[in-house]
Amino acid sequence: MTATKKLNLKQKYQYLTRDMDWEPSYQKKSDIFPQEDFEGIKIVDWDGWEDPFRLTMDAYWKYQAEKEKKLYAIFDAFAQNNGHQNISDGRYVNSLKLFLSGVSPLEYAAFQGYAKVGRQFSGAGARVACQMQAIDELRHSQTQQHAMSHYNKHFNGLHDAPLMHDRVWFLSVPKSFFDDARSAGPFEFLTAISFSFEYVLTNLLFVPFMSGAAYNGDMATVTFGFSAQSDEARHMTLGLEIIKFLLEQHEDNVPIVQKWIDKWFWRGFRLLSLVSMMMDYMLPNKVMSWQEAWEVYYEQSGGALFKDLERYGIRPPKYQDVANAAKEHISHQLWSTFYQYGQATNFHTWIPKKEELDWLAEKYPNSFDKYYRPRFEHWDALQKKGERFYNPTLPQLCQVCQVPVLFTETDDPTAFSHRDTVYKEERYHFCSEACCEIFDNEPEKYIQAWLPVHQIYQGNCGGPDLPSVLSDYYHFNLGEDNLDFSGSPDEKRWNEIKGIKPLDKDDVA
Amino acid sequence: MSVEIKTNSVSTIRNTYSHIKRRFGDKPATRYQEASYDIEATENFHYKPLWDPQRSLNDASRTSIKMKDWYQISDPRQFYYGAYVGNRAKMQESAETSYKFCEKRDLISSLEESIQLKILKYLVPFRHLNLSANMNNSMIAGDSIATTVAQAHIYQSMDHLGMGQYLSRIALMIDGNTGAALNTSKTFWMDDPMWQPMRKLAEDSMVVQDWFELSLLQNLLIDKALFSFVYEAMDEWFGTLGAKDISMLTEFMRDWNKDTTRWILAVVKTAVAESDDNKEKLQAWVNLWEPQVFAALAPIAQETVGKEALPKIQNELAALLKKTGLQSTGAAL
Amino acid sequence: MSQKVFIAFQDNENARYLVEAISEDNPEAEIQYQPAMIRIQAEKRLVITRETMEEKLNRDWDVQEMLLDVISIGGNVDEDDDHFILSWNN
Repeated sequence: MTATKKLNLKQKYQYLTRDMDWEPSYQKKSDIFPQEDFEGIKIVDWDGWEDPFRLTMDAYWKYQAEKEKKLYAIFDAFAQNNGHQNISDGRYVNSLKLFLSGVSPLEYAAFQGYAKVGRQFSGAGARVACQMQAIDELRHSQTQQHAMSHYNKHFNGLHDAPLMHDRVWFLSVPKSFFDDARSAGPFEFLTAISFSFEYVLTNLLFVPFMSGAAYNGDMATVTFGFSAQSDEARHMTLGLEIIKFLLEQHEDNVPIVQKWIDKWFWRGFRLLSLVSMMMDYMLPNKVMSWQEAWEVYYEQSGGALFKDLERYGIRPPKYQDVANAAKEHISHQLWSTFYQYGQATNFHTWIPKKEELDWLAEKYPNSFDKYYRPRFEHWDALQKKGERFYNPTLPQLCQVCQVPVLFTETDDPTAFSHRDTVYKEERYHFCSEACCEIFDNEPEKYIQAWLPVHQIYQGNCGGPDLPSVLSDYYHFNLGEDNLDFSGSPDEKRWNEIKGIKPLDKDDVA
Repeated sequence: MSVEIKTNSVSTIRNTYSHIKRRFGDKPATRYQEASYDIEATENFHYKPLWDPQRSLNDASRTSIKMKDWYQISDPRQFYYGAYVGNRAKMQESAETSYKFCEKRDLISSLEESIQLKILKYLVPFRHLNLSANMNNSMIAGDSIATTVAQAHIYQSMDHLGMGQYLSRIALMIDGNTGAALNTSKTFWMDDPMWQPMRKLAEDSMVVQDWFELSLLQNLLIDKALFSFVYEAMDEWFGTLGAKDISMLTEFMRDWNKDTTRWILAVVKTAVAESDDNKEKLQAWVNLWEPQVFAALAPIAQETVGKEALPKIQNELAALLKKTGLQSTGAAL
Repeated sequence: MSQKVFIAFQDNENARYLVEAISEDNPEAEIQYQPAMIRIQAEKRLVITRETMEEKLNRDWDVQEMLLDVISIGGNVDEDDDHFILSWNN
């Protein structure tokens, strides 16, 4: 045997992964990998793939088992000690309801998506990295079920999250986002999820939210969140690697990738508007404002990233400036909307307390007192008169992002941003120029959208009236899961825990 | 009063999630149940996949096997992610001890060159089959319906990757980490006539479209026949050549084979029991593939343990198939 | 324009040593303590060195052990047996 030079770590990892692959000769490569070409991406040589991390399976099992052991020890301790009693405020749990019904099902969809692309590339290095992410995403979806399990036993609104994700009107925002990515080709899927979502935007979901959980005494959530994030660091590296790889492989890939970045930045930004509301309104103890998080994690980090990618001919996402300008507004606009539709949500809404309004005013000096505070004070006054405001009409949803048309024009925070277009004699409505453009690029895809409001009108969601849609189709326990926090069973229970008002013996269940 | 408040506020208002309650009744659920049942999206998908416009996402028609409820197929090992990695971490820990031991004592690197060559020719190339198994199971994890089915397939996928890595490390022990032995071994896989039916089988498996057919082929027919051949029969044969120590390095595979046999039998048995139509299809796939698996093993057996070892393996596989309600073709008898 | 790389760790026992090692190898790095996490940023480049970590810990340390405690990163990653480097190259 001819002895040659010893392998370095990188070469050794290649021998332990992609070298197990071979050039097929009994079946055509295009039959084994039939989905690699249809998006127009050109791969000259998969050997150019740089493994984003070098984790062999033995190390993977070892490290992940160690993480899981720590995590489940904390879940057990949390349940045994009734850790839910130590959270800052009963309202806090509502952010978990949004998380379990809006985010956890996406983790599962990510598992499915990565398992799929983990089979589709003819480059074994890329396949293995995707498979590892697939099993990680399965982990996240399952640890979230387990972390929330205890909360579900003590609070409402968490009890039927996967079904709600498939059916509830505002949950079509996250669902359609991931359906969009999974129904795309493998390279677009990675650009959408690995790069635009995981690398560029996911910090805005997890880091402030998990810090927020820590700040609000929610040990179970902090623990699963940070434990999941330790996998995320690998996923982010994959996201950056796939983009650099595509751009290095062929110049014809650049305009395709740019278009995907433009699209998925915007899709992700719209999805994260739900997080903006969670941070500014749903965390009783606040870590940082959405605006501050956006500045650190998008403007600063994203700025550095896109400067780095300039050398490939990539520019920052097309509608980045609109997103940057909107940072002072979106959380307030969204919470106002959910407040009005609080009869149709699986979480409670409320008017922020005075000191919270003051905090918002301080964090948003240019926008809050001027545009939003008067609205909240008006509703508060109505509520004090016993006329809590609920909007009885159904909102108009954007055909692409499926958020109700509620955001405003960049230069006029009092004017709703609305666009429409006609395609095959049918008129479609959008929340923004960017969503309209996404539609125009792929109209055949977006005309298929399952728009919850249309579906209710067409009688596809039970009925005949809204309450029966909510109870029979959405599985809301009316009067428990929905409506204002004030007067809810959750509030009552929280007050009992904290001894906030004397317990009336007759009320004990 | 305060004691009373405390008691009341720690009593629970429900035992588990509604979707778990609908399935198992109103009682506290296991972690496997909460992690595995009805968390996958089932309806109101927004867009048809560009890569399969005839079907929707999570479409049950990606296999011709039909189940009224795919969650009827579950995992007797009750593996959700945490249980799975915990189990494999223990297995890898003992494998690691063996690999370190062999390295330290030069047990493999000091074998005669002719025996080392046999290891590279007959044992190490099976790592390529681990890779096709890895790909096949990743596809099934992406296409199959129900978490109880899908999750076990991603575990299979990663397990095969890990086992391929263990086999590769045996070669790296032989060549002292230069990669030369792996190159030698791969040349056998690519060019030696003895390996070609097996390589063809691997490539043929990678174009199977129906994921249930693929799981039957990969996880029952190929894996059970191969593991019994490589890690039992061939293992003994290496022992007779004086390379008994190889056994230490493949203990992981034997443990793994036991563990996964229980699982795949449960999968196939449940599908067979569901309907005559399923049974017929599955039997037709056995009839199609089982002879090919043994035909691919025959030339390797011929050069190593002898062809007469195959009927025993065939009988073992036939017994497993019988447990699921299917019949072996008796291809190697 | 300023181009910061960053890494964030869970605030735990391991992180203490990591912060010490990073501060020593990257004197200009800025350490930010946030609820339950520690975020470290630096202009263009940040390096974690195995040797320094081993000195701090008084034991062998595998660069991959870091995977247990990392929460997030920003920058191109270059990892080998001895280093974990984050950088922006443009």
